[in-house]
Order: sequence, then structure tokens, then C-alpha cells
Amino acid sequence: MKRIRAAIVVLLFGAAFAGLAVGYSERTVPSALAMRYLQEVPAELGAANVVTGILITYRGFDTLGEVAVLFMVAASVGMLLSAGAGRRAVPAGASAPPARPPSELVVNGAEVVLPVAFLFGAYVIVNGHLSAGGGFQGGAVVASGVVLLVLARPSVALHHGFLSVTESLAGVFYVALGILGLIFAGGFLDSHILPRGEFGAFISAGAIPLISALLGIKVAAELSVIIDRFRS
Amino acid sequence: MGLPISHLLLVTGLVLMLIGMWGVLVHRNILRIIIGFSLFGTGTHIVIVATGYVTGGTAPIIDAALPAGAAGARAVDPIPSALVVTAIVIGFSVTAVMLSYAIRLYAARKTLSIDAFTEQKW
Repeated sequence: MKRIRAAIVVLLFGAAFAGLAVGYSERTVPSALAMRYLQEVPAELGAANVVTGILITYRGFDTLGEVAVLFMVAASVGMLLSAGAGRRAVPAGASAPPARPPSELVVNGAEVVLPVAFLFGAYVIVNGHLSAGGGFQGGAVVASGVVLLVLARPSVALHHGFLSVTESLAGVFYVALGILGLIFAGGFLDSHILPRGEFGAFISAGAIPLISALLGIKVAAELSVIIDRFRS
Repeated sequence: MGLPISHLLLVTGLVLMLIGMWGVLVHRNILRIIIGFSLFGTGTHIVIVATGYVTGGTAPIIDAALPAGAAGARAVDPIPSALVVTAIVIGFSVTAVMLSYAIRLYAARKTLSIDAFTEQKW
């Protein structure tokens, strides 16, 4: 009975979606707003990657809010998993068979892949204004390296104090850069506080690489904390 | 040329959304419901990215392959991509919170079946 009802709901949504898919026609020119972004991000901000320019400058306040959401999730996951019942569940689970040690493949693979993964994460973070990537993406790459580390060495303890201090400092500098933009340039998180530099060079696009790096550090630290909370 | 690429992406995203919806409605295991929500979110992201495609467009990154003058004519819409980065992060956050609630619920009842939690049922 329940399955039939669910099937009816899914079918009705499917009919609605089919209407959308049939009626959709591919666009042949970008919208007026997209055209504006495509011309202004390289010309005004000096960033080659238009998406990063939008994320970090035009929608910078939104990105700050998003990092705040990540921070709140790290805090709430910690609260949910460390208080009360979460701790009491551990002795109950102790009767279960001990966890298998990580396989040979994971341990040896981690030794080879981990340095490359962290390096690639750093590369993606600092090249956000030039090529595909940016703070969020690079932070996620670094955090996936942390997952591999935790899988390969279950006994490793991440230093929560260090991670939260790093993350808070990155957040403080992020907001400070935003306020500097308010004082010296057009508004909060305006990237014109630093010279625009030569288009396509590594040090260019004003404050965008700096904000991107802070964002990457913050995201990587927050994701690592969230991942580590699930381990305990 | 057969189907345009954005249509293909759009249909894939919509089908993923339907699969996720089916998973949420039918399964009784909380972990499977969470997987359903994740599929639904992923499908939505694919749909949003698909609507940003412009015929013959490439990634909106200005370099030797895409000079600044040609950007308006040959680049895809960058706005949906920027929005989806936001959406992915929020989706990750929601999944993390759902999973930690699942752990707490398991600690309370020693089961992951949603049928064991009847207090909020009407």
C-alpha cells in the first residue's frame, strides 16, 4: 500500500519533470547578467576564472555566510556526537568484534597518494583565480586526503585544538580583509585593496588569491574536524 | 548530432531526483533515506548546471584557448556553476547533520529502522 502511494507520488513528479525536460530548449547566448560577469571579471578584477571571481568578490558575503554554515555544522556535529548518549554507546559497542586493520593496499596507497593529494589540494586552492578550482574545491581535496590518512592509520589523532585555532584565524583574517575592502576600496570583501597585477600571472587579481587561500584553509580544517568527529 | 548535451544532463539530473525521492519514500532504513536525500540533492545540482549550458560553450576561464573578447560568445553561463558550488557545500553540511542524528538515533534504540521511532508519528 505504502509502495503504491510512493509510486504514485514519484510518477506525478516524473510527469512534471518530463514536462520540464521536453519544454526546455538549450540556450544559444548567455543571459545579460552572465555577459556582464564574463566581461567584467577579467577586465575589472583581473581574475581569469570567472566563477571564482563571482564567488569570492561579487558573492563574497554569501561565501562568508557559507563558511559560517560549515562552522556551525562542525560545532553541531561535535555537540551531537560527543555529548551524552554518544559516549555511553561506546561500551555497548565494545562487545562487537574488534575492527579489522586497514588493508595492505590502503596503507601503502596512502603513503604514495597522501603527499600528492595534499600538494594537489594546495595547488587547487592557490590557483583558483587562474584555472578551475578555488578555496572550496581545494579544501575538499585536502579533506579527502585526511579521510585517506584516517582510514590508513586508525590510531592517528588529529589535533583538534590546532585545527580550530587555524580555522578561527583564517576566519578572522577573512573578515579583516573584508573590512579592509570597506575602508580602502568599494565595499565589504572588495578585492581591489591590492594591485590588480598582470592578467594571468600567479600574483594578480588583487586580494582574490589571498581570500581563496584563507577560504581553502578554513574549509579544509572544518571538513577535517567534521570527519574526525564521526570517527570517535 | 543526436540529443543536445544539456538535454542529456537535464534528464539525468531529473531521473536522479526521482530515484532519490523513491528512496526517501520507500525505504525504512535511515541510512538509505539519507542516501536518497543525497541523490535528490545531486540531481538538483546537475539540473542547475545543465540550465547554464550555452550551445557550443566552454568553461568560463579566460586563457589562450578563450581570449577575453570571445568570452561572451563561447563561454557557458558562470552563474549556475557559482551557485552549485554553494549548494554542494550546503548539501554536504545537511548530510553531515543527518548522519550524526542517525548515530544518535541508533544509540537510543539500537536500530536504524524508522519504524522504531513512533513518537512524532500522527
